[in-house]
Amino acid sequence: MKRLILALALLCALPANFLFCAVPAWAVEPDEMLRDPALEARAREVSKGLRCVICQNETIDESHAEIAHDMRILVRERVTAGDSNQQILDYMHSRYGDYVLLQPRFTTATFILWLAPLVILMLGGLAVASRLKRGGHEVAPLTPEEEAALASFNDSGDKAP
Amino acid sequence: MTESVPQPSSTAPRGKRWPYLIPLAALLALGGVFAKRLFDVENGVEISAIPTVLLNTPAPAFDLPPLPGSDQGLKSDELKGQVYLVNFWGSWCPTCVYEHPVLMQIAKDGEVPLYGIDWRDTPEKGLAFLSQRGNPFTRIGQDPHSKAAIGFGVALAPESFIVDKKGIIRYKQPGPITAAAWRDDILPKIKALQAEP
Repeated sequence: MKRLILALALLCALPANFLFCAVPAWAVEPDEMLRDPALEARAREVSKGLRCVICQNETIDESHAEIAHDMRILVRERVTAGDSNQQILDYMHSRYGDYVLLQPRFTTATFILWLAPLVILMLGGLAVASRLKRGGHEVAPLTPEEEAALASFNDSGDKAP
Repeated sequence: MTESVPQPSSTAPRGKRWPYLIPLAALLALGGVFAKRLFDVENGVEISAIPTVLLNTPAPAFDLPPLPGSDQGLKSDELKGQVYLVNFWGSWCPTCVYEHPVLMQIAKDGEVPLYGIDWRDTPEKGLAFLSQRGNPFTRIGQDPHSKAAIGFGVALAPESFIVDKKGIIRYKQPGPITAAAWRDDILPKIKALQAEP
Protein backbone atom coordinates (compact mmCIF):
# COMPACT_ATOMS: atom_id res chain seq x y z
CA MET A 1 0.00 0.00 0.00
CA LYS A 2 2.78 2.36 0.86
CA ARG A 3 4.37 1.69 -2.47
CA LEU A 4 1.12 2.45 -4.22
CA ILE A 5 0.83 5.78 -2.46
CA LEU A 6 4.42 6.56 -3.31
CA ALA A 7 3.82 5.69 -6.96
CA LEU A 8 0.74 7.92 -7.08
CA ALA A 9 2.64 10.75 -5.45
CA LEU A 10 5.42 10.43 -8.01
CA LEU A 11 2.85 10.38 -10.79
CA CYS A 12 1.40 13.61 -9.52
CA ALA A 13 4.84 15.14 -9.26
CA LEU A 14 5.41 14.72 -12.98
CA PRO A 15 4.27 17.94 -14.60
CA ALA A 16 3.10 16.15 -17.73
CA ASN A 17 0.60 14.26 -15.63
CA PHE A 18 -1.04 17.25 -14.04
CA LEU A 19 -4.30 16.41 -15.78
CA PHE A 20 -4.74 13.24 -13.77
CA CYS A 21 -4.33 14.76 -10.37
CA ALA A 22 -6.34 17.39 -8.60
CA VAL A 23 -4.15 20.40 -9.00
CA PRO A 24 -5.65 23.51 -7.49
CA ALA A 25 -6.56 25.88 -10.28
CA TRP A 26 -7.63 29.46 -9.91
CA ALA A 27 -8.10 32.45 -12.11
CA VAL A 28 -7.20 35.19 -9.66
CA GLU A 29 -4.75 37.56 -11.33
CA PRO A 30 -1.97 39.12 -9.25
CA ASP A 31 -3.36 42.62 -9.81
CA GLU A 32 -6.69 41.58 -8.29
CA MET A 33 -5.21 40.38 -5.04
CA LEU A 34 -5.53 42.33 -1.84
CA ARG A 35 -2.38 43.43 -0.04
CA ASP A 36 -3.58 42.06 3.29
CA PRO A 37 -3.10 38.26 3.18
CA ALA A 38 -5.82 37.68 5.75
CA LEU A 39 -8.39 39.62 3.73
CA GLU A 40 -7.23 37.99 0.51
CA ALA A 41 -7.64 34.57 2.11
CA ARG A 42 -11.20 35.47 3.10
CA ALA A 43 -11.92 36.74 -0.41
CA ARG A 44 -10.68 33.44 -1.81
CA GLU A 45 -12.86 31.52 0.58
CA VAL A 46 -15.96 33.50 -0.36
CA SER A 47 -15.12 33.22 -4.06
CA LYS A 48 -14.98 29.45 -3.80
CA GLY A 49 -18.58 29.39 -2.63
CA LEU A 50 -19.83 31.49 -5.54
CA ARG A 51 -20.67 30.02 -8.89
CA CYS A 52 -19.75 31.78 -12.08
CA VAL A 53 -23.11 32.85 -13.54
CA ILE A 54 -22.27 32.06 -17.16
CA CYS A 55 -20.13 28.95 -16.88
CA GLN A 56 -22.49 26.40 -15.29
CA ASN A 57 -20.13 24.68 -12.88
CA GLU A 58 -17.09 26.74 -12.05
CA THR A 59 -16.51 28.90 -9.04
CA ILE A 60 -15.72 32.53 -9.69
CA ASP A 61 -12.35 31.70 -8.15
CA GLU A 62 -11.62 29.32 -11.03
CA SER A 63 -13.35 31.06 -13.89
CA HIS A 64 -11.66 33.26 -16.45
CA ALA A 65 -14.96 34.74 -17.55
CA GLU A 66 -15.06 38.53 -17.38
CA ILE A 67 -18.14 38.62 -15.19
CA ALA A 68 -16.39 36.25 -12.76
CA HIS A 69 -13.45 38.66 -12.68
CA ASP A 70 -15.77 41.54 -11.83
CA MET A 71 -17.49 39.46 -9.15
CA ARG A 72 -14.11 38.65 -7.59
CA ILE A 73 -13.30 42.36 -7.52
CA LEU A 74 -16.64 43.08 -5.89
CA VAL A 75 -16.01 40.37 -3.28
CA ARG A 76 -12.65 41.99 -2.48
CA GLU A 77 -14.21 45.44 -2.21
CA ARG A 78 -16.77 44.09 0.20
CA VAL A 79 -14.20 42.22 2.26
CA THR A 80 -12.11 45.38 2.48
CA ALA A 81 -15.18 47.41 3.44
CA GLY A 82 -15.63 45.10 6.43
CA ASP A 83 -18.51 42.88 5.31
CA SER A 84 -18.64 39.40 6.78
CA ASN A 85 -18.38 36.40 4.48
CA GLN A 86 -22.05 35.70 5.08
CA GLN A 87 -23.05 39.26 4.14
CA ILE A 88 -21.22 38.97 0.83
CA LEU A 89 -22.82 35.62 0.03
CA ASP A 90 -26.20 37.09 1.02
CA TYR A 91 -25.69 40.02 -1.33
CA MET A 92 -24.80 37.81 -4.29
CA HIS A 93 -27.71 35.52 -3.44
CA SER A 94 -30.07 38.50 -3.39
CA ARG A 95 -28.93 39.41 -6.93
CA TYR A 96 -28.62 36.02 -8.66
CA GLY A 97 -30.65 33.67 -6.49
CA ASP A 98 -29.82 30.08 -5.56
CA TYR A 99 -27.91 29.61 -8.80
CA VAL A 100 -24.94 31.61 -7.59
CA LEU A 101 -24.35 29.61 -4.41
CA LEU A 102 -22.38 26.40 -4.84
CA GLN A 103 -23.82 25.18 -1.57
CA PRO A 104 -27.55 25.66 -2.04
CA ARG A 105 -29.56 26.84 0.93
CA PHE A 106 -32.23 24.79 2.61
CA THR A 107 -35.46 26.24 1.24
CA THR A 108 -38.82 24.98 0.03
CA ALA A 109 -37.28 24.78 -3.44
CA THR A 110 -34.21 22.81 -2.41
CA PHE A 111 -35.36 20.57 0.44
CA ILE A 112 -35.69 17.54 -1.85
CA LEU A 113 -32.08 18.03 -2.90
CA TRP A 114 -30.93 18.07 0.70
CA LEU A 115 -33.14 15.34 2.11
CA ALA A 116 -33.11 12.84 -0.76
CA PRO A 117 -29.84 11.13 0.25
CA LEU A 118 -31.08 10.80 3.82
CA VAL A 119 -34.44 9.40 2.73
CA ILE A 120 -32.81 6.94 0.33
CA LEU A 121 -30.42 5.82 3.05
CA MET A 122 -33.33 5.30 5.45
CA LEU A 123 -35.33 3.32 2.87
CA GLY A 124 -32.30 1.15 2.22
CA GLY A 125 -31.82 0.64 5.92
CA LEU A 126 -35.46 -0.35 6.34
CA ALA A 127 -35.18 -2.84 3.48
CA VAL A 128 -32.09 -4.41 5.00
CA ALA A 129 -33.65 -4.48 8.46
CA SER A 130 -36.85 -6.15 7.28
CA ARG A 131 -34.82 -8.76 5.41
CA LEU A 132 -32.69 -9.51 8.45
CA LYS A 133 -35.80 -9.80 10.60
CA ARG A 134 -37.26 -12.42 8.25
CA GLY A 135 -34.14 -14.46 8.88
CA GLY A 136 -32.90 -14.41 5.36
CA HIS A 137 -33.44 -17.01 2.70
CA GLU A 138 -33.61 -20.53 4.08
CA VAL A 139 -33.05 -23.25 1.54
CA ALA A 140 -34.57 -26.65 2.26
CA PRO A 141 -32.09 -29.52 2.18
CA LEU A 142 -32.08 -31.73 -0.90
CA THR A 143 -34.53 -34.57 -1.00
CA PRO A 144 -33.21 -38.12 -1.69
CA GLU A 145 -34.53 -37.89 -5.28
CA GLU A 146 -32.62 -34.69 -5.83
CA GLU A 147 -29.51 -36.21 -4.38
CA ALA A 148 -29.88 -39.09 -6.81
CA ALA A 149 -30.41 -36.77 -9.77
CA LEU A 150 -27.36 -34.76 -8.81
CA ALA A 151 -25.29 -37.90 -8.50
CA SER A 152 -26.46 -39.02 -11.95
CA PHE A 153 -25.28 -35.75 -13.46
CA ASN A 154 -21.89 -36.20 -11.90
CA ASP A 155 -21.59 -39.75 -13.16
CA SER A 156 -22.89 -39.15 -16.66
CA GLY A 157 -19.35 -38.88 -17.94
CA ASP A 158 -19.81 -35.41 -19.49
CA LYS A 159 -16.46 -33.85 -19.41
CA ALA A 160 -15.73 -30.27 -20.00
CA PRO A 161 -13.86 -29.87 -23.26
CA MET B 1 -36.08 -29.41 -19.34
CA THR B 2 -36.98 -33.07 -19.14
CA GLU B 3 -39.20 -34.88 -16.70
CA SER B 4 -36.28 -36.47 -15.00
CA VAL B 5 -35.00 -33.18 -13.67
CA PRO B 6 -36.86 -32.51 -10.46
CA GLN B 7 -38.02 -29.02 -9.75
CA PRO B 8 -36.59 -27.42 -6.65
CA SER B 9 -38.79 -28.64 -3.93
CA SER B 10 -38.32 -25.64 -1.73
CA THR B 11 -41.39 -23.63 -2.57
CA ALA B 12 -40.39 -20.84 -0.22
CA PRO B 13 -43.08 -18.18 -0.35
CA ARG B 14 -42.07 -15.51 -2.81
CA GLY B 15 -42.08 -11.95 -1.50
CA LYS B 16 -44.32 -9.28 -2.85
CA ARG B 17 -43.58 -8.60 -6.47
CA TRP B 18 -44.51 -4.93 -6.68
CA PRO B 19 -41.22 -3.63 -5.28
CA TYR B 20 -39.61 -4.85 -8.48
CA LEU B 21 -41.66 -2.26 -10.33
CA ILE B 22 -40.10 0.65 -8.42
CA PRO B 23 -37.08 1.00 -10.73
CA LEU B 24 -39.35 0.91 -13.74
CA ALA B 25 -41.57 3.60 -12.25
CA ALA B 26 -38.53 5.72 -11.43
CA LEU B 27 -37.26 5.32 -14.98
CA LEU B 28 -40.62 6.35 -16.42
CA ALA B 29 -40.75 9.38 -14.14
CA LEU B 30 -37.28 10.42 -15.21
CA GLY B 31 -38.29 9.96 -18.85
CA GLY B 32 -41.26 12.20 -18.18
CA VAL B 33 -39.03 14.96 -16.82
CA PHE B 34 -36.72 14.73 -19.82
CA ALA B 35 -39.67 14.76 -22.21
CA LYS B 36 -41.07 17.88 -20.56
CA ARG B 37 -37.74 19.63 -20.92
CA LEU B 38 -37.52 18.63 -24.57
CA PHE B 39 -40.97 20.00 -25.28
CA ASP B 40 -40.09 23.15 -23.36
CA VAL B 41 -37.15 23.70 -25.68
CA GLU B 42 -39.35 23.10 -28.72
CA ASN B 43 -41.92 25.54 -27.44
CA GLY B 44 -39.26 28.18 -27.00
CA VAL B 45 -39.17 28.22 -23.21
CA GLU B 46 -35.87 29.74 -22.15
CA ILE B 47 -34.27 27.08 -19.97
CA SER B 48 -30.77 28.47 -19.67
CA ALA B 49 -31.98 31.72 -18.14
CA ILE B 50 -31.39 32.12 -14.45
CA PRO B 51 -34.73 33.04 -12.93
CA THR B 52 -34.50 36.51 -11.52
CA VAL B 53 -35.00 36.89 -7.82
CA LEU B 54 -35.23 40.63 -8.29
CA LEU B 55 -38.81 40.81 -9.51
CA ASN B 56 -40.84 43.10 -7.26
CA THR B 57 -37.78 44.23 -5.35
CA PRO B 58 -36.26 47.72 -5.47
CA ALA B 59 -33.92 48.38 -8.36
CA PRO B 60 -30.34 48.61 -7.13
CA ALA B 61 -28.73 51.99 -6.70
CA PHE B 62 -26.27 52.97 -9.40
CA ASP B 63 -24.39 56.08 -10.43
CA LEU B 64 -22.75 55.62 -13.81
CA PRO B 65 -20.64 58.06 -15.82
CA PRO B 66 -21.82 59.16 -19.28
CA LEU B 67 -20.27 58.25 -22.58
CA PRO B 68 -17.97 60.99 -23.90
CA GLY B 69 -19.90 63.77 -25.61
CA SER B 70 -22.72 63.74 -23.08
CA ASP B 71 -22.77 65.33 -19.65
CA GLN B 72 -25.62 63.22 -18.34
CA GLY B 73 -24.73 59.83 -16.96
CA LEU B 74 -27.20 57.52 -15.33
CA LYS B 75 -28.05 57.84 -11.66
CA SER B 76 -30.77 55.75 -10.08
CA ASP B 77 -31.89 58.57 -7.77
CA GLU B 78 -32.70 60.78 -10.74
CA LEU B 79 -34.90 58.18 -12.42
CA LYS B 80 -37.53 57.79 -9.72
CA GLY B 81 -41.15 58.74 -10.26
CA GLN B 82 -41.42 57.38 -13.79
CA VAL B 83 -41.74 54.01 -15.45
CA TYR B 84 -38.60 53.26 -17.42
CA LEU B 85 -36.96 50.55 -19.44
CA VAL B 86 -33.30 49.88 -18.76
CA ASN B 87 -31.26 47.87 -21.24
CA PHE B 88 -27.85 46.29 -20.69
CA TRP B 89 -25.83 46.19 -23.89
CA GLY B 90 -22.25 46.26 -25.14
CA SER B 91 -20.47 46.70 -28.44
CA TRP B 92 -19.00 43.21 -27.93
CA CYS B 93 -22.41 41.58 -27.81
CA PRO B 94 -23.69 40.11 -31.09
CA THR B 95 -27.22 39.63 -29.79
CA CYS B 96 -27.33 43.36 -29.04
CA VAL B 97 -26.80 44.00 -32.76
CA TYR B 98 -29.75 41.73 -33.44
CA GLU B 99 -31.85 43.55 -30.86
CA HIS B 100 -30.86 47.04 -31.94
CA PRO B 101 -33.54 47.72 -34.59
CA VAL B 102 -36.24 46.94 -32.02
CA LEU B 103 -34.69 49.40 -29.58
CA MET B 104 -34.66 52.02 -32.35
CA GLN B 105 -38.35 51.38 -32.91
CA ILE B 106 -39.05 51.66 -29.16
CA ALA B 107 -37.23 55.01 -29.15
CA LYS B 108 -39.27 56.15 -32.14
CA ASP B 109 -42.54 55.15 -30.48
CA GLY B 110 -41.53 57.26 -27.50
CA GLU B 111 -43.83 55.44 -25.06
CA VAL B 112 -41.20 55.02 -22.37
CA PRO B 113 -37.76 56.40 -21.56
CA LEU B 114 -35.13 53.88 -22.60
CA TYR B 115 -31.95 53.98 -20.55
CA GLY B 116 -28.89 52.16 -21.81
CA ILE B 117 -26.15 50.69 -19.67
CA ASP B 118 -23.03 50.15 -21.74
CA TRP B 119 -21.69 47.11 -19.95
CA ARG B 120 -18.05 46.00 -19.91
CA ASP B 121 -17.22 48.19 -22.86
CA THR B 122 -14.79 50.93 -23.71
CA PRO B 123 -16.31 54.38 -24.35
CA GLU B 124 -14.77 54.45 -27.84
CA LYS B 125 -16.27 51.14 -28.88
CA GLY B 126 -19.61 52.01 -27.30
CA LEU B 127 -19.77 55.31 -29.17
CA ALA B 128 -18.71 53.66 -32.42
CA PHE B 129 -21.50 51.10 -32.03
CA LEU B 130 -24.08 53.85 -31.61
CA SER B 131 -22.78 56.10 -34.37
CA GLN B 132 -22.89 53.17 -36.76
CA ARG B 133 -26.33 51.89 -35.82
CA GLY B 134 -28.11 54.84 -34.29
CA ASN B 135 -28.66 55.76 -30.65
CA PRO B 136 -32.01 54.66 -29.24
CA PHE B 137 -31.21 55.63 -25.65
CA THR B 138 -32.64 58.54 -23.72
CA ARG B 139 -29.58 58.45 -21.51
CA ILE B 140 -26.58 56.16 -21.21
CA GLY B 141 -24.33 55.16 -18.35
CA GLN B 142 -21.06 53.27 -18.59
CA ASP B 143 -20.63 50.18 -16.46
CA PRO B 144 -17.10 48.96 -17.23
CA HIS B 145 -16.71 46.96 -14.01
CA SER B 146 -20.17 45.37 -13.84
CA LYS B 147 -21.25 47.33 -10.75
CA ALA B 148 -24.76 47.93 -12.05
CA ALA B 149 -24.83 44.62 -13.93
CA ILE B 150 -24.21 42.60 -10.78
CA GLY B 151 -26.71 44.82 -8.97
CA PHE B 152 -29.34 43.79 -11.52
CA GLY B 153 -28.20 40.16 -11.46
CA VAL B 154 -27.25 40.31 -15.13
CA ALA B 155 -25.28 37.37 -16.49
CA LEU B 156 -25.46 37.89 -20.23
CA ALA B 157 -26.29 40.80 -22.52
CA PRO B 158 -28.68 41.93 -23.62
CA GLU B 159 -31.03 42.02 -20.69
CA SER B 160 -33.72 44.57 -20.01
CA PHE B 161 -35.80 45.52 -16.99
CA ILE B 162 -38.93 47.55 -16.46
CA VAL B 163 -38.74 49.69 -13.33
CA ASP B 164 -41.94 51.27 -12.03
CA LYS B 165 -42.61 54.72 -10.59
CA LYS B 166 -41.63 53.59 -7.11
CA GLY B 167 -38.31 52.21 -8.33
CA ILE B 168 -39.41 48.57 -8.15
CA ILE B 169 -38.30 46.06 -10.80
CA ARG B 170 -41.47 44.70 -12.38
CA TYR B 171 -40.29 42.81 -15.44
CA LYS B 172 -37.17 41.20 -16.80
CA GLN B 173 -36.47 40.39 -20.42
CA PRO B 174 -33.63 37.88 -20.54
CA GLY B 175 -32.04 38.06 -23.96
CA PRO B 176 -33.08 40.40 -26.74
CA ILE B 177 -36.35 42.26 -26.86
CA THR B 178 -38.02 40.96 -29.99
CA ALA B 179 -40.68 42.93 -31.84
CA ALA B 180 -43.23 40.37 -30.66
CA ALA B 181 -42.10 40.56 -27.01
CA TRP B 182 -42.32 44.34 -27.16
CA ARG B 183 -45.78 44.33 -28.69
CA ASP B 184 -47.29 41.48 -26.67
CA ASP B 185 -45.61 41.66 -23.26
CA ILE B 186 -43.46 44.67 -22.60
CA LEU B 187 -45.50 47.57 -23.98
CA PRO B 188 -48.76 46.41 -22.34
CA LYS B 189 -46.89 45.99 -19.05
CA ILE B 190 -45.45 49.50 -19.34
CA LYS B 191 -48.87 50.98 -20.14
CA ALA B 192 -50.37 49.25 -17.12
CA LEU B 193 -47.59 50.49 -14.86
CA GLN B 194 -47.86 54.04 -16.21
CA ALA B 195 -51.53 54.00 -15.27
CA GLU B 196 -50.66 53.15 -11.67
CA PRO B 197 -50.55 56.09 -9.30
